[in-house]
Amino acid sequence: MSKSFSAIGSAAQDEEIDREVFTPGIEPQATWCPGCGDFGVLKALKGAMPEVGRTPDETLLVTGIGCSGKLSSYFESYGVHSIHGRSLPVARAAKLANPGLEVIAAGGDGDGYGIGGNHFMHTARENHDMTYIVFNNEIFGLTKGQTSPTSPKGHKSKTQPHGSAKDPIRPLSMALTAGASYVARTAAVNPRQATEILTEAIEHDGFAHIDFLTQCPTWNKDAKQYVPYTDVQQSDEFDFDVSDRREAAEMMHETEDKLYEGEVLTGRFYVDEDRRSYGEEKRSTGEMPEDPLAEQYFDDDYDWERSYDLLDVHK
Amino acid sequence: MTGTELIWRIAGGSGDGIDSTSQSFTKALMRAGLHVFTHRHYPSRIRGGHTYVEVRAAEHEVKSRGDGYNFLLALGDSFARNPQDEAYYGNEEAKPLSENLDDLREGGVIVYDEGLLDESEIDDFDQRVEDNDWHVYPMDLRGIAREHGREIMRNTAGVAVTAALLGMETDPFEELMSDNMGGDILEDNLTVLEEAYQQTAELEHTHELEAPTAEPHDDQQVLLNGSNALAYGAIDEGCRFIAGYPMTPWTDVFTIMSQHLPELGGISEQVEDEIAAAALAIGASHAGAKAMSGSSGGGFALMSEPLGLAEMTETPLVLVEAMRAGPSTGMPTKPEQADLEHVLYTSQGDSNRVVFAPGNVAECYDQAREAFRVAYEYQIPAVIVIDQKLSGEMTNVPESHFDREPNPDLGSTLTEEEIAEAPHHASGKFNRFQHDPENGVSPRSIPGQEGGRYLASGNEHTPQGHISEDPDNRVAQTDRRLRKLDAIREDLDSTDLDRQTAYGPDDADYGILVWGSQQPTVEEAVDRLNDDGHSVKALGVSDLMPYPKQDVTEFLESVEECLVVEMNASAQFRGLTQKELGRFGEKLTSLLKYNGNPFEPGEIVEGFDVQVNGGSEPPTAQVRLEPATGD
Ligand SMILES: Cc1ncc(C[n+]2csc(CCOP(=O)(O)OP(=O)(O)O)c2C)c(N)n1
Ligand code: SF4
Repeated sequence: MSKSFSAIGSAAQDEEIDREVFTPGIEPQATWCPGCGDFGVLKALKGAMPEVGRTPDETLLVTGIGCSGKLSSYFESYGVHSIHGRSLPVARAAKLANPGLEVIAAGGDGDGYGIGGNHFMHTARENHDMTYIVFNNEIFGLTKGQTSPTSPKGHKSKTQPHGSAKDPIRPLSMALTAGASYVARTAAVNPRQATEILTEAIEHDGFAHIDFLTQCPTWNKDAKQYVPYTDVQQSDEFDFDVSDRREAAEMMHETEDKLYEGEVLTGRFYVDEDRRSYGEEKRSTGEMPEDPLAEQYFDDDYDWERSYDLLDVHK
Repeated sequence: MTGTELIWRIAGGSGDGIDSTSQSFTKALMRAGLHVFTHRHYPSRIRGGHTYVEVRAAEHEVKSRGDGYNFLLALGDSFARNPQDEAYYGNEEAKPLSENLDDLREGGVIVYDEGLLDESEIDDFDQRVEDNDWHVYPMDLRGIAREHGREIMRNTAGVAVTAALLGMETDPFEELMSDNMGGDILEDNLTVLEEAYQQTAELEHTHELEAPTAEPHDDQQVLLNGSNALAYGAIDEGCRFIAGYPMTPWTDVFTIMSQHLPELGGISEQVEDEIAAAALAIGASHAGAKAMSGSSGGGFALMSEPLGLAEMTETPLVLVEAMRAGPSTGMPTKPEQADLEHVLYTSQGDSNRVVFAPGNVAECYDQAREAFRVAYEYQIPAVIVIDQKLSGEMTNVPESHFDREPNPDLGSTLTEEEIAEAPHHASGKFNRFQHDPENGVSPRSIPGQEGGRYLASGNEHTPQGHISEDPDNRVAQTDRRLRKLDAIREDLDSTDLDRQTAYGPDDADYGILVWGSQQPTVEEAVDRLNDDGHSVKALGVSDLMPYPKQDVTEFLESVEECLVVEMNASAQFRGLTQKELGRFGEKLTSLLKYNGNPFEPGEIVEGFDVQVNGGSEPPTAQVRLEPATGD
């Protein structure tokens, strides 16, 4: 076999990985506004990767479109800057084709919970082994401040001048209901927790959904909207079992209600260590090859079957 | 030719086993050395409702359905007899008989299941029988089946009666049954076969029709439909990933691939919608697999944006568009060729793609292989356009047609060793889009490969992959992407394959231009016209983008006038031809059909006749002639 995929997974054991390797050398400066929460995601992600032990070459970051979608431009790894709302289907197929890759998908709340809502539901349901970061700034950033699925009820914008009549979406509950096996919320204003949660999520063997609160000082004037925050794991006030669906669901509901009352709760809300990832499920039914699909093409000795041998039933 | 061919129509309710019965019958005829072709007609309904399959068989090559048919096996619609169904749909009992009479040729044979159908329910039946010299054999097929096996075996009884009436042996049918079943089911079916055959042999035969006979085929033949051949082409070209969402008639390709891929070490994904399906194919392709997706018109519309993403990120992608009648959901089970412009121009921007339209079952295999080869070599999306007709019709193809080596080559893709030698940024990042100026393609790396990391962005980007709105860069990138098509045209012209299929005498005065599934029907019409003393040739065009300007120009220059045959109302292929060539408008007359049924060869012959004799009347009410325009 050629060396083409031999590198995957080996770096972790061999050497320490420096977070700086995830900083592109000659990329343009990030075009996010000063004070944008997106910087926090980038920083946390760069912090998490060395903890996970993955190199840029072993990592594929697929983003959607929006300010959030630019993450892939400022992060040094393999990347796809795809289309609005569709990062998940691109990402999960890459993972299926090459399970050795560390696959991370990211996008905004409009991107992930609006236009991409259907993919969110189904990717969570299938429990692909990947991480999904949704930059939740309660607004459409890149298209200049329209109401998003997470904007609070009554939120006024140029497209909803009378104030939104819709209740905001409940992303954590949605992820849980759909089948995600890891659900957390963190905030750009809390870089230490964000890094920890990202590390855990990436290491998690299944679909890890992170609702990442990112302030948008440009369109949501109150840049301090997520301060103060409470880490539910650090606080004595909240006592629930993250592996218990019911308790997690209740806690999520409370969290989602409170966000719009000014109380920001972050932390891990649901962690299911037992559920098998989609790839494992598929392998167990014989629907996934043992050898990564992508490797077959680089293996000079791979035995490619041909349709000629399938023709008997047609004779 | 009529005397030497059998066109057997088996009619009944959807879900009555018409498909499988006709398939076995067709195979038996093929094994007997005949050339076969099936035409499938079915309503958009799962059980009950009227359906038929026509099997045409002759000693000579048969390329399309015929004009009409000469043997009807009318099985009752067992589902319409369900009292509950009757409440919904009324009493449809006589339908498999009455619905089919219009196309039955003079002197034709009718066998019907008297246990389920009653000719007295059809008012003018006797008169029509007399007028057309039809020969009618009421048989209690259901009774025989019940007595010697089970009711469902009345199809077997019907086949046995057919065989007995046409002077065929039962051996090939017995053989096929033993191939496909076993145990009591096999025993019972064989008994039913024998019994029905004997009963019919004892009857007095009034008809003259006999089954055609032939010497055994020179080569081993296989019976395949377009979907199957297309899927096999994809498999041989190394496609091991498919993502899809069901939509008729694309579902056939999707199903066949899904059945084979896991066994071949591949992956099939049925996903939430067509946007996801195309996006998954892109993701898998990006990650180093040969991938495809596809749909029919409405689903393909949803793929428009991912298609553009593949174009912009230069990710190889193969999509199938299996057309059916539109707009919107249109007629789900009826063929049309009206998505041509949709396939060529969908997606925003100055975009381009490769579009191939195979003309027959064997070409489905070839074009699928070419689509993958070109998509991966040139890092561009390729669309294979078929339609409901080609997708479902079966014909015999020599087995040797498939005797080719697989090609798992990922095209313009580097190994890690090559990446190490390739250009990189100052920072060490791979220069993914450092393009070779000649054909516009620069080899890619695959995520996971050491030293190959890059960003594939759907936004305009520099050769390094940085998002950029720089005007000079924009012009250079756009020009380069569009230039790929010229390179592909050259590439296609240099292959051994006859990409455009010329048919008929070189020096003919008249031309018929055709694309896609109507090609074989036109070929048959060309034969008939030349037999009748006309001078006609045809060109079946498979390459829709890049358009084969030279081939078509040469063809059109060599004829005085040309008929353009296609299944749509807006003459889309003729429009494309005039747009691409910028002339010939005065030579091109369209022959259009869009009633949900493909052309019969006779309709093309008639259309040609009207045209040549200076008329402008359509040959039949369901076909339209659209005269030449002059440019
Ligand atoms: C199909 C499609 N519709 C609309 C757009 C325009 N668009 C770009 S980004 C965006 C919204 C971004 O909001 P969000 O996802 O919340 O991300 P943010 O910019 O706030 O990070 C929209 C509507 C698009 N690019 N594609
Ligand atoms: S508009 Fe908002 S989300 Fe976008 S970069 Fe500026 S601050 Fe960040």
